[in-house]
Amino acid sequence: MKNKKAPDIEAALDVVKDGDLIFFGGFGTGGVPISLIQGLTKKGLKDLTIVSNNAGAGHNTIASLLDTGAVKKVICTFPYSRGSVVFNDLYHSGKIELELVPQGTLAERMRNAGSGLGGFLTPTALGTEIADGKPLIEVDGKTYVLEKPLHADIALIKADKVDPRGNLTYRLAARNFNPVMAMAAKYTIAQVTDEVALGEIDPAVVVTPGVYVDCYVIDKGGLVE
Amino acid sequence: MTTASIPTDKLLSRDAIAKRLAADLQPDWVVNLGIGMPTLTTKYVTPEQDIIFHSENGIIGMGPPPAPEDEDDDLRDAGKNFTTLIPGAALVHHADSFALARGGRLDCAVLGAFQVAANGDLANWRLPQDPTGNIGGAMDIATGANEVFAMMTHATKNGESKLAETLSYPVTALACVTKVFTDMAVISVTEKGYRLDETAPGISAEMVQAFTDAPLQIADTLCDIAA
Repeated sequence: MKNKKAPDIEAALDVVKDGDLIFFGGFGTGGVPISLIQGLTKKGLKDLTIVSNNAGAGHNTIASLLDTGAVKKVICTFPYSRGSVVFNDLYHSGKIELELVPQGTLAERMRNAGSGLGGFLTPTALGTEIADGKPLIEVDGKTYVLEKPLHADIALIKADKVDPRGNLTYRLAARNFNPVMAMAAKYTIAQVTDEVALGEIDPAVVVTPGVYVDCYVIDKGGLVE
Repeated sequence: MTTASIPTDKLLSRDAIAKRLAADLQPDWVVNLGIGMPTLTTKYVTPEQDIIFHSENGIIGMGPPPAPEDEDDDLRDAGKNFTTLIPGAALVHHADSFALARGGRLDCAVLGAFQVAANGDLANWRLPQDPTGNIGGAMDIATGANEVFAMMTHATKNGESKLAETLSYPVTALACVTKVFTDMAVISVTEKGYRLDETAPGISAEMVQAFTDAPLQIADTLCDIAA
């Protein structure tokens, strides 16, 4: 069996390089791979494109990564939030590019990428500026917006339990974007709370099969936001 | 724009709007609540309604806020506030959560609005003067929900109506709003435009029209909003 377990955060992030497009799992405080994002920040990379629901708040996690100048573009659904000062400054001074995507479209673009598909037709954003420049396609009398798959070089995700094959379970609403991000990345790195022996996770409750997980690292990571 | 001044002493409180709106949620409905004022709705639904609240981050069956000792960082709502699960709740990932929303399983979405148009167009994501804004799940949810209830103050603090003939704000979703609940009135969006159904006690139909930038039909059953 392939050894997917990294000894520490630094080793887990070894493959990440300049220019990568990176998914960050999580929504609010749930399912955010905080230790991996902090480790990434320490690497001092540049020209990254990051994909996350939000654009960071305060000076923690994503905001601290933005603060180092490592990021050229943010793809997200909800950039402004209480305390999103780092993003605001960079965006309004033209130092960072933003691609705004409706949340359901963002998740579906990931699932689409992970499913080997070349796009999908959604009624979302029809008639809005988000659909500007995108093909509109009529099917059975109804008009849809063509959205393309979103692939990543790297997904940084957070899970609850992992077994040696990389099978993952999630706690409560910490699941959020993590499973579809794991599907759509060339290389998925999972920060997990607990490792259990092979066979200890009921196959019927595995949410992310280990085939989508390239590397995992055990980290009880404190919550920061 | 109107020359009348806002009858501030007669306006409904946010809680009173939420209470009135909650009465329109039908038993067993699956309902998504937008962030901000719409979340107040949970305080006014009854156990008999047995509403299943959906939260965009994958919760089907969201309960009331927890006691401080039960707060869990892995269980927050769309507005990132701590929440709980009702008995019989289900959890899904983001793509499935929005499949539910677009797929016709949401009976109703209650959303805040910057502006609503007389044909039901909704604007709630970007102010015209801002370079960008927050979409979150609003475009998918407004597009997918079978009913969209807009919940908002009737006018801005400067007295500008939020109920327009056509939108001047950037669109969130076209022709989606079915009913508007404000601090002055309950208004349905019909094929012929706005229909005034109920007014806040002490506010006349003429006053509501003065703060509405499109013609109001008056319902035959026009009445006061029940306290």
